[in-house]
Amino acid sequence: MQRRNGTLAIVFHCLVIGFILSPLLIIVLVAFTPENTLSIPTSNFSLRWFKAFFQHSDLPSAFFNSIKLSSAAAILATCIAVPSAIAISRYDFPGRNFINGLFLSPIIIPSLVLGIALLRFFSAVGGTGNFGWLILAHTIVATPYTLRLIMAALIGYDKSIENAAYSLGASSWTVFRRIILPIILPGIAGGFLLAFINSFDEVTMTIFVTSPSTITLPVRMYMYATDSIDPLMAAVATLNIVFTAVVMGLIDRIYGMEKLLVGKG
Amino acid sequence: MNFKKNLIPWALSLPGLVLFVSLLLIPMLMTVVLSFNVYDADVGAVSGEYTIAHYLKVLGDSYYYEIFFRTYWISLCVALICMVIGVPEAYIISRMRSPWRSIMLLVVLAPLLVSVVVRAFGWSLLLNSTGVVNSLLTLAGIGPVRMMYTEIAVIIALVHVMLPFMVIPVWTSLQKLDPAVENAALSLNASYFTTLTRVVFPQVMPGILSGTIIVFGLTASAFAIPGLLGGRRIKMAATLVFDLYKNDLNWPLGATIAIILLGVNLAIILTYNRFFESRYKKILG
Repeated sequence: MQRRNGTLAIVFHCLVIGFILSPLLIIVLVAFTPENTLSIPTSNFSLRWFKAFFQHSDLPSAFFNSIKLSSAAAILATCIAVPSAIAISRYDFPGRNFINGLFLSPIIIPSLVLGIALLRFFSAVGGTGNFGWLILAHTIVATPYTLRLIMAALIGYDKSIENAAYSLGASSWTVFRRIILPIILPGIAGGFLLAFINSFDEVTMTIFVTSPSTITLPVRMYMYATDSIDPLMAAVATLNIVFTAVVMGLIDRIYGMEKLLVGKG
Repeated sequence: MNFKKNLIPWALSLPGLVLFVSLLLIPMLMTVVLSFNVYDADVGAVSGEYTIAHYLKVLGDSYYYEIFFRTYWISLCVALICMVIGVPEAYIISRMRSPWRSIMLLVVLAPLLVSVVVRAFGWSLLLNSTGVVNSLLTLAGIGPVRMMYTEIAVIIALVHVMLPFMVIPVWTSLQKLDPAVENAALSLNASYFTTLTRVVFPQVMPGILSGTIIVFGLTASAFAIPGLLGGRRIKMAATLVFDLYKNDLNWPLGATIAIILLGVNLAIILTYNRFFESRYKKILG
C-alpha cells in the first residue's frame, strides 16, 4: 500500500502546475481581447486578432513555409533513420558506434553552434536562402528523434520471428516488408511526428540560416516579438499552441505520449 | 565474406552518413577554422590568414568575461532551481494514483513540445510592468517591480523551459525504485524524513545528477529566452554570438565564442559520463 501525498505535497504540486500552465493560459486569454493593448478580456471576447493574422502580409506565408519545411525534413529524417536503425541495431560492424554517435550528436551540440556552422557552410557553397538547403539543415536536427524511436521499436520485440521467416525461405526484403515494417510502424509514425514538431519549433539554428524568402514561423514570431508587442502575437501563439496540441494528440493516439516522453508507457 | 558482411550496414547507413558528414562534420570543422581566421572590418573573415587573437580577446576582455560569467551563473541558478522544483514534483506525481499520475506527468512534460518563442512571449505577458504578476504584487502591497529585461525574468522563463529535462531523468530513476524498500524502511520504524533521505534519495541520485547536467548545458546555450526576456541588457553567450553575426558581422569572433561554449559543454558532459556512466543520450528528447 502506497502512502498518499500529504497536504503540503498537494499544495506544492498545485503551485508547480500553476507555474507550468500560466504562461500558456495567459496567451490564449489575451488572444481573444477586443482591445488594441495586451489586456485580458473581461466582458467581451473578439476574434479580430485571429482575423488580423490571416490578413497579415507575411505571417501566414511563414506558417506555410514552416509546414512545408518540417514535413519535408521529417520525411527525409525518417527515410534516413529506418535503414540506419536497422544497420545499428541488427549488425555488429566496425564504425557502428561512430555512426550511432554521429547521428545522435545534434541532440548534444547546441543549436546555436549548428546554426553558425551551417551558415558558414551555406555561405561557402552559395546556399544561403535556398529552401532545399534549409530542408537538409532541418533533417540533421530531426534525425536523432526518428532514429531513437525506430531503434527502440527494433530492439523491443522478439527477433526469433525474423529467423523463423528466414528459415522458411523468405528473402531479406520480404522479412523487412512483411515482418519488420509492420512491427516498427508505430515507432516510425511517432518518430516522424516528434521530428516534425521539433523541426516546426526550431528557432535558434534556423534564425542564422533563413532569409526573408524562406523565413519560418518561429523565426518570424521571434522577430515580431522583439520589435512590437500587440495582441496579434498572442493570436499567432495561440494558433501555435493549438497546432502543437493537435500533433500531440496524434502522437498520443499512434505512439503514446508517456512512452514518447519518458520511454515507457 | 567478412568484408561483404560489413558492407551491408554501411550501405544502409550511407544516405545518413553522406548528409551528416557534409552538413555536420564539415561545417563544424569549417567553423573551428573560421574561429582562427583573421578578421578585417572591411572584408570580414580573411581566409588563409590565421591568428589566435579572438581566443585571447574573449579570455582577456572583461566585457566577454562578464557575459560568460553571467551565462554560467544563470545556468547554475536555473539548474539548482529546476532541481529544487523538479525532484519533489516528480516524486509527488509518482505517488499519485492513476489516472492522475499519467495526466499530471503529461501536464508537466507536454510544454516541452510547445515552441520556446511562444513560452517566452507568455512570460513577457505575465512579467511586464502592467502584467498579472505585477498586479498581484501591487495588491499585496509590494508594488510594481521591474522584471522584464532583468536576470529574474530570464531565470524564471528558463526554469519553465528546462523543468521537463529535470523531471524526465528523475522520473525514470523513480520507476526503478521498488516501493517495498520504502515500506520496509518505514516498517522498521524509520521516520518519514529518514526514509526519504536515506532510502529514496540515494537511489534517485543518478537521475538528479543527469538532469542537472542536461539543464545546465542547455541553459548555457539558450537563445530565444534571453533574447526576448533579457533584451540588450541581459546578454548571454548565445545572444552575444547572434549580435556578433547579425550586427557586427564579426563571424570569426562569434565562431570563437560558440566553440568555447561547445567546448565547455562537452567537457562537462564527458567528465560527467566518466564518473556517472553514459545516460545523457538515452533521456534527452
